[in-house]
Amino acid sequence: MEKYVYINDRPILWEGETNILALARKAHIEIPTFCYHSDLSIYGACRLCMVELEGRGLVTSCSTEPFEGMRIKTHTDQILKLRKTIVEMLLANHDQECTKCSRASDCKLRDLSNRLSIDKVRFRQTRERKPKDLGSESLVRDPNKCVLCGDCVRFCSEIQGIGAIDFAARGQNVNVAAAYGKSLSQVDCVNCGQCAAVCPTGAITVKSHIPQVWDAIHSADKYVVAQIAPAVRVALGEMFNLPSCDLTTGKMVAAMRILGFQKVFDTAFSADLTVVEEANEFIARKSRGEKLPIFTSCCPAWVKYAEQSYPQLLENLSSCRSPQQMFGSIAKERLPKQLNVEKEKLFVVSIMPCTAKKYECKRPEFVHDGIADVDVVITTQELGKMIKEAGIDIASLEPESMDLPMGFATGAGVIFGNSGGVSEAVLRYAADKFQIPVPENIVLQEVRGTSGLREASLADGNLRMAVVHGLKNAQELCDKIINGEAEYDIVEVMACPGGCTGGAGQPIVQSAKQRKDRTTSIYHADRAMPMHRAQDNPFINELYSALLDKPNSHKAHELLHTAYKHRKRIDDDELSLSGAGSEDRCKVRVCVGTSCYLRGSQDILAKTLKMVEENAWGNRFDIGATFCSEKCDKGPTICIGDKVIHHANLKEVKEMITKHAEAREK
Amino acid sequence: MSASYAAAHSFNKVLEILDRYDRSETKIIPILQAVQEEYRYLPQEVMTFIATSLGVSPARLFGVATFYSHFSLEPKGKHILKMCDGTACHVKGSLAVIEAIRKRLNLTAKKITTDDMMYTFETVSCLGACGLAPVLVVDDEVHGQVTPEQALQLIEKIETEEKENA
Repeated sequence: MEKYVYINDRPILWEGETNILALARKAHIEIPTFCYHSDLSIYGACRLCMVELEGRGLVTSCSTEPFEGMRIKTHTDQILKLRKTIVEMLLANHDQECTKCSRASDCKLRDLSNRLSIDKVRFRQTRERKPKDLGSESLVRDPNKCVLCGDCVRFCSEIQGIGAIDFAARGQNVNVAAAYGKSLSQVDCVNCGQCAAVCPTGAITVKSHIPQVWDAIHSADKYVVAQIAPAVRVALGEMFNLPSCDLTTGKMVAAMRILGFQKVFDTAFSADLTVVEEANEFIARKSRGEKLPIFTSCCPAWVKYAEQSYPQLLENLSSCRSPQQMFGSIAKERLPKQLNVEKEKLFVVSIMPCTAKKYECKRPEFVHDGIADVDVVITTQELGKMIKEAGIDIASLEPESMDLPMGFATGAGVIFGNSGGVSEAVLRYAADKFQIPVPENIVLQEVRGTSGLREASLADGNLRMAVVHGLKNAQELCDKIINGEAEYDIVEVMACPGGCTGGAGQPIVQSAKQRKDRTTSIYHADRAMPMHRAQDNPFINELYSALLDKPNSHKAHELLHTAYKHRKRIDDDELSLSGAGSEDRCKVRVCVGTSCYLRGSQDILAKTLKMVEENAWGNRFDIGATFCSEKCDKGPTICIGDKVIHHANLKEVKEMITKHAEAREK
Repeated sequence: MSASYAAAHSFNKVLEILDRYDRSETKIIPILQAVQEEYRYLPQEVMTFIATSLGVSPARLFGVATFYSHFSLEPKGKHILKMCDGTACHVKGSLAVIEAIRKRLNLTAKKITTDDMMYTFETVSCLGACGLAPVLVVDDEVHGQVTPEQALQLIEKIETEEKENA
């Protein structure tokens, strides 16, 4: 029996929608809202989505469940006035300098203010201006533009499982803050930028690096080359109302040449290289049966997350650098000679769908003697803005092709842009080895799809794969792997929903269809390419014969691989237990993180302190508790001087302390 | 008891508190209350430790701690003075007492703790003892109908005790 709900007196079929807002959308009525986000929990705080329910008066449509025969009015006189007042009050506490805001073109508050024809704000500005957080490489937070909808807070904790930001303080002082009011760069933020992507205003935005790129282009001294990530080509067109097809790639390349990039290359080329390196690394591990599952390491947000939350899994991460960093490394190694420019003058710009890539390129391991492998990262949106700034009519440009050799890629590199793409590319590479039948169209359906966790068992169960996107899903999977509840050979992790196509550097997503289109376009691009397997790329093979020798060779390790280290979630979280220390004291640090605590570290700490106290050695030691700085599986971990002791026991520690105390006496 | 031993003692106390409340996320508030009692405030490092132990993010714990004015994230002095400046106390002349104490301790409305960490002086909105207005609480001891002179005498008394114990 069909059930109906009446919206503005018109019957709408109710097919299990869980709230009135979703039903209204089906009835082609767009009810304004800031805090409703279909992927997140319902919050009901912004009050903009109020509708009139017959017999009950005003209700929030996001949090009210439909019932059969309910009658809803969505734009009564009272509702329209109410909405206007709410927006006016938000505006009263809002930085209204829209002309200087990077989100001006897609700000929901601005849009709503226009839609409701607000031409005057009746309320006085009362809030004091607060400073911006400019510390992060990837993101800028401007509390003066926050409407407190909490979308960022809920995304960070519900989808990413991190909770780097949350509401702090109370009443009129409520603000969204990182722990202890610190900068995002000092806390457990992984720079995925999804907070900026869901922010309806400009309260969290992607840090712009456009000026640095213009400077380099305009400097006679620099030779500027660009690499473009696979996901960029399927989304850039959205900013210019272009269809997201392969044609856009050619137009984008032409526009970039006009902008002044001297060479335009493809990150999909270095993604091919990643496939070869990572697949060989995996095959070696698999044959030795060690360090399995192998986790992918292309996503810098996931890498940082693993470094701060799963130190025990770090050696399972593929040592391969991400395609962006592989590109940078090879570019700085080979291009100076190939292009006849000095290494210091070569300027590598990455165009990425991702905000964490901005952070990644600044990691010290990717900067050698002051020269970074990748100089600057700009996002898809920033490239679009540069094209607009230069006044280039991209729609009418003739398509051009990328430059050789690093502009030639196979479909394997291109599908990196989708969640499941890395796995599929590795599968295509390793299919022969594991005798996996590959269909003619080289589509390995097993790892495609949209669900947060996808599993595949291939080669008669000899090859078990898992693909996750969203770090909360990754967290659940990692816990299962650690507890022995799940076993895999390959685990692909992407922080952003949908993978890189859903990255926070992409144009703001307005509909679910937009996401789907991007994913489809990546697969179409793959299909349109002449080659689909990384090992078929002639320029990759050339690179090996000319420079790298063979996969995972010494040279390859030097240029294409890296190592990970455990990092603390919050800066400066050491707990000094012996007062202010001076330089010449012996530093003792006892890890009291959960894992070391369970192994008795806190008992060791207490007794060590007592021993130092009893012997009046207070001036010889600077004793502190630290929250997890080493490998948890080897706990308790204690540092005495520059020596790190794993599996520490009280006797051993006491001996060391005595030795140090005596040494200092002399 | 030296500084180092006191710190270790407090830290062990935190562990006891966490165990007493089953390291449960739902008991964040009583845990923070007990920990604040131990340290007199909520040190950042200890908060991070509690967050890790409870499996919540440090930002969430910071949110809870900043929601309630009872919790302090700044170290407080050894002696805590609270002057009521609610309506009844205010009309009964609390302002004069507040000014006298601030002048004596060299404090302001923003700077509430002395540099030697001996005193913290804060104003509160109502202590529910309006019949005794104006009310001053010195280290949990309630003094009613205080005058500026009496307030200064109470401080002198603490000073003398501190000197004797030193």
